[in-house]
Amino acid sequence: MSRTSAKRPKGREMFALGNEAVAEGALIAGCTFYGGYPITPSSEIMEIMARELPRRESGVFLQMEDEIASLGAVIGASLAGRKAMTATSGPGFSLMQEHIGYACMAETPLVVVDVMRGGPSTGLPTSPAQGDVQQARWGTHGDHPIIVLSASNVQECLEMTVTSFNMAEKYRTPVILLLDEITAHTREKIFVPEPDEFAIFNRTVPAMPPEWYKPFEETVRGVPPMPPLGSGYRFHTTGLTHDVNGFPTQRPDEIEDLMLRLFRKIDQFYPDIQLVDDHQCEDAEIIVVAYGSVARSARLGVDMARESGVKAGLVSLRTLFPFPRNPLIQRLGAARAVIVPEMNMGQISREVKRVASNRVQVRALNRIDGDIITPTQIYKAISQA
Amino acid sequence: MKAHLKRFEIRFSGLGGQGVITLGRILGHGLALGCGYNVTQTQSYGPEARGGASRSDLVISSDPISYPKAESLDLLAALSQEACNKFYRHLKPGGILLIETDMVRQPPSNVFIGLPFTKLAKEKLGAPQAMNTIVLGAITHILPFAQPRAMKKALEENLPPKIQAMNLKAFNLGQRQARTHFGPAPEIWEGNGMDEKEPDQREVL
Repeated sequence: MSRTSAKRPKGREMFALGNEAVAEGALIAGCTFYGGYPITPSSEIMEIMARELPRRESGVFLQMEDEIASLGAVIGASLAGRKAMTATSGPGFSLMQEHIGYACMAETPLVVVDVMRGGPSTGLPTSPAQGDVQQARWGTHGDHPIIVLSASNVQECLEMTVTSFNMAEKYRTPVILLLDEITAHTREKIFVPEPDEFAIFNRTVPAMPPEWYKPFEETVRGVPPMPPLGSGYRFHTTGLTHDVNGFPTQRPDEIEDLMLRLFRKIDQFYPDIQLVDDHQCEDAEIIVVAYGSVARSARLGVDMARESGVKAGLVSLRTLFPFPRNPLIQRLGAARAVIVPEMNMGQISREVKRVASNRVQVRALNRIDGDIITPTQIYKAISQA
Repeated sequence: MKAHLKRFEIRFSGLGGQGVITLGRILGHGLALGCGYNVTQTQSYGPEARGGASRSDLVISSDPISYPKAESLDLLAALSQEACNKFYRHLKPGGILLIETDMVRQPPSNVFIGLPFTKLAKEKLGAPQAMNTIVLGAITHILPFAQPRAMKKALEENLPPKIQAMNLKAFNLGQRQARTHFGPAPEIWEGNGMDEKEPDQREVL
C-alpha cells in the first residue's frame, strides 16, 4: 500500500473507488477500446471509460446490446490492434463465456473484469461474493489454459489491471481480473504513478515480410507475433481448431501441435504469472490463504492471532489460475494447518487441498450470506485450528 | 503536527436518496487528501434507486488499514429511525450517536446529539438536497482531527460548480449550528489514541 522507497516516483494521490482504480490502470496500460454493457457492481468502470476514452487519441467506447456482443466487440478491436477490455458482473460474465473460449482459441489478448456479486442468477446485485472463481477458470467449454488474477485493495486494483493487460499482450490470451463488490466499492487513498513509471508490454508484431508470415506458427515463447488487421499481413481467424495458417484442420498431428502450444505458452512462464503476497509466514504454524477483500480481513485476523501469541501467517493470492502451486508450497513451510476463508462454499480451498496433499490439514471457512468474512471470524478459526 | 489516530470508525446511515454515500465520500476525500490520514470508505445499499436502507462506513487511521469495514463504531450518524434501530448496537461503549431529530422520533438512548437537519435545509437554505452537507459541517465541528478548510476543498473538488456555493453555505450552517448546540468535541476522543506516537527506539549498532 504505502511506498517505502526513499525516492518517491512522480504521480498524484486520489481518493478512489476500486472501480475507478481499474479504469485508471486500464488507461495507463494503454487501453483504447472499451465495449460493454453496464451492470452493478461494475458500472463505474464503464462510466469512467465512457467519459475518458473519447477524450484520448483514437479512443473508442461502445455500449453494446448485451454482454455477448460486448465481448465480441472487444475481440474485434483486439484483432485490429487495440488493447481492449470490458467489465461485468456474474450474470454478464456467464453470457461472455462463449466468447472467452473464442478468444482463447483465436489467441486474442483482452481483459475481462468480473466484479463478483451474490449469485446464482440475478442474486444479490449490491452484495459481495466470490462465487465466480471456478467459472473464471472453467466457464467456457473445452480444455483451455487461462489467466485469472485478483486484487484485494484499491491500490492493487490499479496495479493488477496494468498486470492483466501486460499478461494478455505477452501471452496472447484473455485475462480475467476477478474483483468482488467490496474491493470494487471501497474508496481509499491511492497513489497513481505517472504512466512511464510502469513497465508496459505491447504484443509482438511480425518482423518478416507479409508473404512469409504464418499466423499460428510455433515460436520459442509459444506466442506467435500478431499483426493488426489491415496492416498487410493476411490471416484467417476461426474458433475451429486450425493449422499454422489459421484454417480449420482435422489432422491429429496439427491439432495436437496447436493444443500443446496453447498450454505451453502459459505453462512455461508459471514463475512470471503466479503472483502471491505473504505476511508473517516465516515461522507460521497456521497459515491463512485468502484472496480479494477477504485477504484484508485475514490480515487483521492474523495480526490479532499474533498479538495473542499464536504463530499465524497469511498468503494472499494475486494469481488464482494457473493456481500458484509452487509459491504456496514454499510458504507452507512448517505449518500444521491451513485455513481458507472464502465467500463461497469452497472454490479455492479444494485447490489448496490438492496442492497441500496430505502434508497439512486444510480447513475451509465459508460465508454465503451476502456479507464479508470478518477479521474476528478468521481470528476465531485460527485459534480453533 | 497532526494527531496520531488509531482505528476510528464512523457510520452514516439513512434512506436511499438522502446523500449518505456522497457524505461519506466527501468526508473521506477531505480526511485522506486534505488531512493526510489513511481512510477507507465502503458502502452498502439496496437494489432500489430511492428509498431502502443505505449506509456508508469510514475507517480513519494514521496507520495502514487492513479491514475496510466498520465493526465497532466511534460515531454513528443515523438519519432515519430504521437505521438508528439497526445500527445502534454496533456503537462502541462511549461512542457518539448523532441523529436527525425529526426522522428519529424514538432515540434508543438519552445520550445522543442531534439537529433537525432536513428542516434546517428546507427553511434556512430552501434546498432539502443540501441536508447531507449540513451534517458534514456539524461532523467536522465535532471531529477534532477534521479541518474545516480541507472539507471545503473536498466539497469543491467533488461537486459540480453549479451547486458549490449552496453547499458551502450549508457546510457553514452545519458548523454554526453544531457550535451552538453540541458544545466542544467529546472528551473521550481527545485521550483515546489521539496523542503523538512514541518514536521507535532501537539499539545503535
